[in-house]
Amino acid sequence: MANAAEGAAKGGFRAWLNKRLPVDEFMQSQLVGYYAPKNFNIWYFFGSLALLVFVIQIVTGIFLTMNYKPGELTAFDSVEYIMREVEWGWLIRYMHSTGASMFFIVVYLHMFRALMYGSYKAPRELLWLIGMCTYLALMAEAFFGYVLPWGNMSFWGAQVIVNLFGTIPGIGPGLVEWIRGDYGIADSTLNRFFALHVIALPLALALLIVLHLVALRQTGSNNPDGIEIKAKLGANGKPLDGIPFHPYYTLKDIVGVGVFLIGFAIVVFFVPTFGGLFLEAPNFTPANALSTPDHIAPVWYFTPFYAILRAVPDQRLGALLMGLSVVAFLFLPWLDRSPVKSTRYRGWIWKLALAVFTVSFLALMYLGLMPAEGRYVTLARIFTVGYFAFFVLMPFYTRIDPVKAVPERVSYHA
Amino acid sequence: MADMAVTDDQEVDQSRRRFLTAATVATGAVGAAFAITPFIKSWNPSERARALGAPTEVDVSKIEPGQMVVTSWRKQAIYVVHRTPEMVAALPQNDARLKDPASADSEQPDYAKNEMRSAKADYLVLIGICTHLGCLPKQHFERGDAALGADWPGGFFCPCHGSKFDLAGRVFEGSPASVNLRVPPYEYRGDTLVIGVDAQKGVA
Amino acid sequence: MRKFAIIVAALALAAPAAFASEGGGSAAWQQWHAGNALGDRASLQRGARNFMNYCAGCHSLKYVRYQRIGEDLGISEAVMKANLVPPGAKITDYVVSAMPADFANASFGIVPPDLSLITRSKGSDYVYRFLKTFYLDPKAATGTNNLALPGTAMPHVLSDLQGLQRAVFGTGGHFEKFEEAVAGQKSAAEYDSFVRDTVNFLEYAGEPAKLSRATIGVWVVLYLLLFTAVAWLLKQEYWKDVH
Repeated sequence: MANAAEGAAKGGFRAWLNKRLPVDEFMQSQLVGYYAPKNFNIWYFFGSLALLVFVIQIVTGIFLTMNYKPGELTAFDSVEYIMREVEWGWLIRYMHSTGASMFFIVVYLHMFRALMYGSYKAPRELLWLIGMCTYLALMAEAFFGYVLPWGNMSFWGAQVIVNLFGTIPGIGPGLVEWIRGDYGIADSTLNRFFALHVIALPLALALLIVLHLVALRQTGSNNPDGIEIKAKLGANGKPLDGIPFHPYYTLKDIVGVGVFLIGFAIVVFFVPTFGGLFLEAPNFTPANALSTPDHIAPVWYFTPFYAILRAVPDQRLGALLMGLSVVAFLFLPWLDRSPVKSTRYRGWIWKLALAVFTVSFLALMYLGLMPAEGRYVTLARIFTVGYFAFFVLMPFYTRIDPVKAVPERVSYHA
Repeated sequence: MADMAVTDDQEVDQSRRRFLTAATVATGAVGAAFAITPFIKSWNPSERARALGAPTEVDVSKIEPGQMVVTSWRKQAIYVVHRTPEMVAALPQNDARLKDPASADSEQPDYAKNEMRSAKADYLVLIGICTHLGCLPKQHFERGDAALGADWPGGFFCPCHGSKFDLAGRVFEGSPASVNLRVPPYEYRGDTLVIGVDAQKGVA
Repeated sequence: MRKFAIIVAALALAAPAAFASEGGGSAAWQQWHAGNALGDRASLQRGARNFMNYCAGCHSLKYVRYQRIGEDLGISEAVMKANLVPPGAKITDYVVSAMPADFANASFGIVPPDLSLITRSKGSDYVYRFLKTFYLDPKAATGTNNLALPGTAMPHVLSDLQGLQRAVFGTGGHFEKFEEAVAGQKSAAEYDSFVRDTVNFLEYAGEPAKLSRATIGVWVVLYLLLFTAVAWLLKQEYWKDVH
């Protein structure tokens, strides 16, 4: 916990370094000098965990790239080569495939935290928007990555998703051809998706994550009480309810990392396919343009939106609603008219709406994995209505919601 | 300061903090070391590379006396020469003109560290890579080869920088190369020469 | 700790099984489970022998090398070369079928699929059911049909061992049971374990790393538990400051 002045006084290498690169100053201002609310609960682990998974994906991805060969004749074989003939290749691949699903688990919990405690509300609208852009980039990154093993699900997944762009009036068919670079999903498609997956989107993600953190430093973290701790400052000018991020939250996050890695390791070493949810059985057959898998569904993290697509009987409207279901999150800061941030101090209407949304999201996730027939379609329609009601009705119900009085200071029990 | 969320440092047991910090750092360092191991090991030759680098077999009975067969082992050219009795008998005469006649500074298995530089006098097995800068020396087995002068006793000539080697792969004085051509590990199973494996070390 | 691994693995296997059994009304054979154990090395060795003797003539394992099979299953190089590596193939070669694709196409109308990943794409239970549900069908070109893969082009190459069975279908075409038509060299129990060994070997071939993966995982999880405990103590110590 040496501060900048101390570091400079010490002399030697540290002083030499700090004269040229503001290491201590950076640590001081960004970690020790950053005061976070003391009342973070378990929901506040998922931001740092998302960063951890990002690093895991980058590192394992770099090593996979050393042996993976994009190309319709080489991709599938090179993945099996990694799984069997590269020393520890199977571990690196399973870490990457598990990491993809873990990324979404962590990000969804991170986003749900923001919903519960109103972290998207003023003054954090931009923080939320940058986060949502990160999520959109992550979806693209995951989709492109899913195509790379060139299994039969990769192929048909790419086919279905790319064809969605064909529903855009007028330019659709031309656009689809342009995205594929061929008359079907082909070598050229795989190669450009590879380039986007390993270079373009990781760069975009890294940039967005940095922006997200910078915006967070500017506004400060929200907390489970939804109270701005900057409103009550102590004699030293620091928030009374704030504690230095380092060492308190760095150490707490390390515990979170440990717990997370235990779950991560259990999946990687004991159930890497996770019953077909993280790695799907049909993807162990090479891509075949003449044979669609019997039951085609996207990976679990896309299924809520996919279920909405299928719930709508009209092709164009379905694609439009699916797009809207993702984009809707962007408007949250302006849809929510409640004077209160945290669910703790909101009324029963908000709590009901949030519950309806959560149940709808999870139900759609399940329904998207099921075949689109009979009662599954009916249920998907009901939950689609529930999903959109949360957003569309928000300006009304948040205004009439009977909120409670928000206390002056955060609640914390040591 | 009583108002603040964080207590003053005086009440703190610093030795316990130092101990726990050290314990966490040490445990984490051990874990990090284990975690990077698979990534480092993934750079080792893969099973495919090792299978392709498996021992190479040559049937030496098919090589006529005075002829050379070129094969490859681990992406290196391997020269197998069936030396005639005359070629073998003439080898000691080169000793005075060689940099390392006894192969003291050169690389070869023990069974090839002799005048013939081979396990069997009839067959010479060499890695056909010039010890100077890695070109492939060419065969010039005729004595007094027109290009190499009347006193040329027969051997190999490297076209890149002019290194000369005799019929035991030993380097002549005046060559840029400083050591003899290398000998790979090998063994005989009947007439079959197996390059890349020997009785001393097993598969190389 | 092995128990722990088994429980976790069982949960993972149970999840899709639970969905599968949801269908209801399915015939008994659809409930059959291979029940193979990758930890049973003798079974894996027998399975490798079975595969090489009965399957490798037509089916390849194009991602698996003979040498790797020997190393993983504890079969010496000499035994591999004498019994499992076909003449003309090197021990470092991949297990590629001896049958030319043209010939296969002409005889069966299809090239027999590579089986490296069959247990991963279809599951071990599927392979087990497939090998046990051939039945006599005069309408089929091969004389037999199959419940797990109706209309299969593959003849019942194991009929010498299993014998031949008739399928009894009830009203509405529902399968009821098998009846023995021709006795095989093996008893029903012997044939069952023959198939189980073969499936076991194919499951290994689908993911060779599976032999060691869970064992390594136990150590990794134990380490992480220790690390998390130490980190938690450190965090608790520092958080004494916060009130």
